[in-house]
Amino acid sequence: MKLKNYETVFVLTPVLTNEQIEATINKFRNFLLEKEAEIVQEEAIGLKKLAYPIQHKNTGIYHLIEFKAKPEVIAALEIAYKRDENIVRFLTFILDKDGVEYNEKKRNGTLQLKKQFEPAPKKEVIA
Amino acid sequence: MTLINESIGKRHTKKKYCRFKKLGIKYVDYKNLDFLLRFLNEQGKILPRRISGNSLKYQKKVAQAVKRARHLALLPYVADNLK
Repeated sequence: MKLKNYETVFVLTPVLTNEQIEATINKFRNFLLEKEAEIVQEEAIGLKKLAYPIQHKNTGIYHLIEFKAKPEVIAALEIAYKRDENIVRFLTFILDKDGVEYNEKKRNGTLQLKKQFEPAPKKEVIA
Repeated sequence: MTLINESIGKRHTKKKYCRFKKLGIKYVDYKNLDFLLRFLNEQGKILPRRISGNSLKYQKKVAQAVKRARHLALLPYVADNLK
């Protein structure tokens, strides 16, 4: 069966020790590898402030994995997320071809964000 | 000379355009908050197409990206003073 491109992000509680963080991340990485998924890239975004409190916490540890897998894997992955108490939020979605291209460019450092996002909003006339 | 049908006190406004089409942006990244903030008002609501000028295709992608960012607590669902 053809593999699809996915991107998954999960947020861990900030109360964990470094080893626990490492262990949880490894757990999900191995989970994916066991299911014959192909990891394209991984990004440890790290500790970030949350926009609103979740479980009375104001920060969270973000981790992103981009991978290729069979569609059946996703349901199993989400169940594993729900069962893990250290995870407060997760998101998994299909990357379309533009998203794959964007991530690849971002990884290679050829993404020209500043150039693309001009003109600045202040100069623009809205309505 | 007549004044009928002449607009008085109405400034010439710039025509709106879809910035995605104009700049060739194809993918809206939910992690790029500075960019997403351009499509939100101060309360964190998504601006309508009539104001942002986005084409339907990209408005949908913006909405999807904002919702993903909200779910991951990158953006608030409700806010008072976002900008």
